[in-house]
Amino acid sequence: MGAKLRVYKRRIRSVTATKKITKAMEMIAASRIVKAQRQVAASTPYASELTRAVTAVATGSNTKHALTTEVDQPTRAAVLLITSDRGLAGGYSSNAIKAAEQLTGRLKAEGKEVDTYIVGRKGVSYYGFRERKVTESWTGFTDSPTYADAKAVAGPLIAAVQQDTAEGGVDELHIVYTEFVSMMTQTPVDNRLLPLSLEKTAEEAQESSKGEILPLFDFEPSAEDVLDALLPRYVESRIYNALLQAAASKHAATRRAMKSATDNAEELIKSLSRLANAARQAEITQEISEIVGGASALADATAGSD
Amino acid sequence: MAELHVELVAADRQVWSGEAGLVVARTSSGDIGVMPGHQPLLGVLESGPVTIRTTGEDGDGTVVAAVHGGFISFADNKLSLLAEIAELSDEIDVQRAERALERAKSEADAAAERRADVRLRAVAGVH
Repeated sequence: MGAKLRVYKRRIRSVTATKKITKAMEMIAASRIVKAQRQVAASTPYASELTRAVTAVATGSNTKHALTTEVDQPTRAAVLLITSDRGLAGGYSSNAIKAAEQLTGRLKAEGKEVDTYIVGRKGVSYYGFRERKVTESWTGFTDSPTYADAKAVAGPLIAAVQQDTAEGGVDELHIVYTEFVSMMTQTPVDNRLLPLSLEKTAEEAQESSKGEILPLFDFEPSAEDVLDALLPRYVESRIYNALLQAAASKHAATRRAMKSATDNAEELIKSLSRLANAARQAEITQEISEIVGGASALADATAGSD
Repeated sequence: MAELHVELVAADRQVWSGEAGLVVARTSSGDIGVMPGHQPLLGVLESGPVTIRTTGEDGDGTVVAAVHGGFISFADNKLSLLAEIAELSDEIDVQRAERALERAKSEADAAAERRADVRLRAVAGVH
């Protein structure tokens, strides 16, 4: 076998092996999307009931709470960025990071200091490489987050919101994550979690209950205490939902990236085998012409000696 | 008999839903019983067993669940029990809870002790 042909054969073998791997990863990701979607669906009843309850307290009482009132001059904001631990997911992490950068820029333009909180190794390494300050970060659970993880993330954030701004607390809490729209579309979004924009939550609740008027609630023990207990849970559940959606989006992005990698590998194998075939053909042609040339040279030589 | 619709929801799943005639739960200011037609209510739950007297198609019965913190909200004859962790009594592993209780006692972990205790009481049906 000629050198050229051998090189092509070797490359085809290696690309085939890669294709097998990417195909397997695609299939694993596809099965994980379904699981992650189920988790999102399972957490929805809790989240929607909680939203209903928060809306009920916030609209049904005149309670002023640190977590619902907007500060006149907000000077510091916290941004929670959710990325993934692992790569091989196309632009998934970098899109979320880009959205966070935009949000940070916007907040800074409004004259606010920004504290960054990060979930996922990709985000941490992005900020670490650029030597930017990260207030706190969490890694190791982005593929299948549990409620306990969401609680761990929410804890310091809620503490920061409740603290006075002068002592290092924050006035606002934003969250950037990748929303799972469909199997094909995942978009990075930024949401302001706190202070609650009550009009918006009320609107959402109205939409979901189709214009039903919220009843006057009796609060046990009191509206303030209920709100005190309710809001941290609300933040936790929103963060949990964001983590789950981000996980589903990550798996969808992985699936898509691996699918195009598999397609590319197929394409590459096709063109490489064309080249290999051409090389083989050229080799055969050359051998034939060598034989023919040799034979006719021999014939000429014998004819000349006669 | 009047009925109320109950949804017992944990953070990551729906634990139980159905019709009931009476729900007894522990709020921070004491036990509260909710029957159909109760006035709209929103309260903070303590960890403790929740007793639901069911009236569904399968006849009268009692469902007991261990609930660790959360909220009770009632409006329009719909009662929601929201809890970070909620388990029905028949889902609870008694031996594991007993082991957890002992361990918590020896390590003086009050929160864990309370959790295990609530689980055991839910299984025993003692309110």
